[in-house]
Amino acid sequence: MITQMKKFIRQDTTLTVLLGLLIFLILLFGSILQDKFFSFDNIQSMGYQIPEFAFLALAMSIAMITGGIDLSVVANANMAGIMAGYVLTGAVFGLNSGMSDLTLVIIAILVALIVATLGGVFNGILIAKFSVPAILATLGTMTFYNGISTAITEGKGVVGFPDNYLSIGTSAPLGIPLVFYIFFIAFAVVAFVMVRTPFGQSIYLYGENRIASLFSGIKNEKMIIKTYALAGFLSGIAAIIMTSRVNSAKYNYGDSYLLQAILVAVLGGINPNGGRGKVTNVIIGILILQILQSAFTLFAFSPYAKRMIFGFMLLLIMVINFIIDKWGARSKSIAKDSEVVPQEAK
Amino acid sequence: MPGNILEANNISKTYGGVHALDNVSMCIKAGEIHCLVGENGSGKSTFVKVMSGAITPDNGEITLNGHTYRSLNPIDSIREGVQVIYQDLSLFPHMTVAENISMNKMVALGKKLVNMAEVRKTAEEQLARIGETMDLDCPIDEISMANRQLVAICRALSLDAKLLFMDEPTTALTNIEVDRLLKIVLELKEKGLSVVFISHKLNEVFEVADTITIFRDGRKVGDFNSKELSYHSLIYHMTGRNVEYPRYVRKATDDNIRFEIRGLSRPGHFEDVNVKMRRGDILGITGLKGSGREELALSLFGLNPSKSGQVIINGKTVSIHSPTDAIVSGLSLLPEDRYTQALFPTHSISENISSASLPSITTKAGLLDRKGERQNAINMVAKLHIRTPNVETSVQNLSGGNQQKTVIARWVLTDPEVLILDGPTVGVDIASKVDIYEQIQSFASQGMSIILISDELPELLANCNSVMVMRANKVVGFLSNEELEKPDAADRLQSMMSGGGDDFQPSIPVLEAQA
Repeated sequence: MITQMKKFIRQDTTLTVLLGLLIFLILLFGSILQDKFFSFDNIQSMGYQIPEFAFLALAMSIAMITGGIDLSVVANANMAGIMAGYVLTGAVFGLNSGMSDLTLVIIAILVALIVATLGGVFNGILIAKFSVPAILATLGTMTFYNGISTAITEGKGVVGFPDNYLSIGTSAPLGIPLVFYIFFIAFAVVAFVMVRTPFGQSIYLYGENRIASLFSGIKNEKMIIKTYALAGFLSGIAAIIMTSRVNSAKYNYGDSYLLQAILVAVLGGINPNGGRGKVTNVIIGILILQILQSAFTLFAFSPYAKRMIFGFMLLLIMVINFIIDKWGARSKSIAKDSEVVPQEAK
Repeated sequence: MPGNILEANNISKTYGGVHALDNVSMCIKAGEIHCLVGENGSGKSTFVKVMSGAITPDNGEITLNGHTYRSLNPIDSIREGVQVIYQDLSLFPHMTVAENISMNKMVALGKKLVNMAEVRKTAEEQLARIGETMDLDCPIDEISMANRQLVAICRALSLDAKLLFMDEPTTALTNIEVDRLLKIVLELKEKGLSVVFISHKLNEVFEVADTITIFRDGRKVGDFNSKELSYHSLIYHMTGRNVEYPRYVRKATDDNIRFEIRGLSRPGHFEDVNVKMRRGDILGITGLKGSGREELALSLFGLNPSKSGQVIINGKTVSIHSPTDAIVSGLSLLPEDRYTQALFPTHSISENISSASLPSITTKAGLLDRKGERQNAINMVAKLHIRTPNVETSVQNLSGGNQQKTVIARWVLTDPEVLILDGPTVGVDIASKVDIYEQIQSFASQGMSIILISDELPELLANCNSVMVMRANKVVGFLSNEELEKPDAADRLQSMMSGGGDDFQPSIPVLEAQA
């Protein structure tokens, strides 16, 4: 039993640490806040809030597995949300076009997904074809997409969506928010793609050593464009969830989500140098962050303090990861000597 | 013993069960030129790194100028006057000649501000010591390799070097430049400097060495006065009598041309290359670094487009613009640099082996067949004798030889018609080397056509049934199977590689030495 546990811990240190931290936080806040923390309302509101930034975190994670980053996720989502918003408010087809609300909603969803995916493709082309470092390319597109949103809305919000669009963000079949189902399914699909398809495998190989993946006959450029397109697509889903929850689209919505997305990806063990990290672990990272968020709200912390705490957490996690890596490498090299030497002696 | 600038006693260093250095002791006298020779992976480089303090040995003591160190650190080593010029020279390419020569001294003196007048003065003084002049304001990336080498020497001298290690200093130099460098080394010796010279080119070794120390398999074979040794006995000691590489004999009966390169050119890289290969042929391509051999290999693999000429596989002209095209056309390349071009260090052996065969392990539904991937890996591990507890082990935990076998397995799994191996045994221990040769020959016997790029003559002579020599971007010679079996084959290859007409005429051939 103990040896099995040891083996488990060594196999996936990140998962062990994350699960430990998650349980610790639940127990800590549960004992301090008691019923307030375990109330149906609190848990359901977590279920609404998680998917909002979870999709952005997922988009960030796959970009980071390639060894890159996507700083444009929030700006891209806002741009997509605004475009969808224009469809929904009738600014595109006219108020009296005779289209049913449902048709408008479907078109709006498609517009959000297509705009965000194209935003991602553009990132991918900059990175793959023009060799712009991902951090600079997406910093540029972040500003660019944000600029498009600001320019066309003149900084104002796009408001007033049909009810059946809002129900995406507010309905809760069986008491569980609809957006949480979407989150769950999307994560399962992406996790599966990453582990079980040649595309996912290529992302990991590229992230680890892009020259070796080139020599392995992997089409690096195509793969990078596809990856950032997928990140864009996921931002598009985030856009739909965000706009349907708040009944508006605005250029600066969800500003704090960028840091949170990076925080969750790193917390979930995605190596910023690429090639390593599991999407499934990111889910636990998301849960941890959400529990902290909710607890802070219940403690009535100011949003400014929250920012400081999250910024500090990101730095702390990276330092801890460094220490764990070092410790892991040492224990592995000891293990390696004891395993390999007898074989050599044969 | 007085007069020894360096004494190393019983130095050992183990990496993952492999002895990189096994109980090596050595003395280096003041004012001598001491050559270290041995095959790749024999321990020379590890020895140099131990002496410079870059690696701490597991066992042993180092005495420098009478001070004994159990674990030497780089600062102590530099303070004792040890300077190492590594093969890559470690210069700053965008800084000037003067800055490159003087910067380390300024740092060592703890200067807080850069005084350009002093930087230039130091540089001029050091250049004067070796009797050279150079444009002090020229950036390093605009001067020749030979001059860069001199800058590195001057930098070492500026730090009051007493013992200078030079790792393969002549690899990238032309013959005239080599003569100039060797002359400078001899002059430095006259001025009392000790030089440890590491070279694969044995004629250079004989030209400058007072003492020759031979390494093999992490052990020291012995110290020899250079006059005691002949080319024959040196090679014999380097390779050892017990290592005998089996000579490849082509058994295939199908003599149709399967792979042909017709007039392939890329000016400045390679010109007018013509090759014809049948099933089971192993063609060696050799030449010095920069002779065009790597460029040719990359071009065939779709990474360095040729300007003219054709590549024909099975009678069909193929156009290859990317490694993907190459693999689809039946052509695979084991790249030269395992670490930067081939390995995914934290990934498992299984994933490393499958990386070039992802399309073939993908099911119709578009999913990876992980079971098949694992089975392929298990088969390859058995076939190539990769020593590992299991195929899930990450490849960074393997020895160099086993990593190389893993990468070879990757390319064999693509089931190529033509397999190009660029330096398949660089940095690999002797035992793995024998395994790798055996496998290369067995793949060829099963019908693969193999191109073996190497600068190790014994490797070419053992495995190839014809060898093409390149020099200065041109094909300068071609030895057939019959010619390779003649006793003078090694000499002929050597002289074709380095430019012919060398005064160096070894009397006894390599193959006999090994027998």
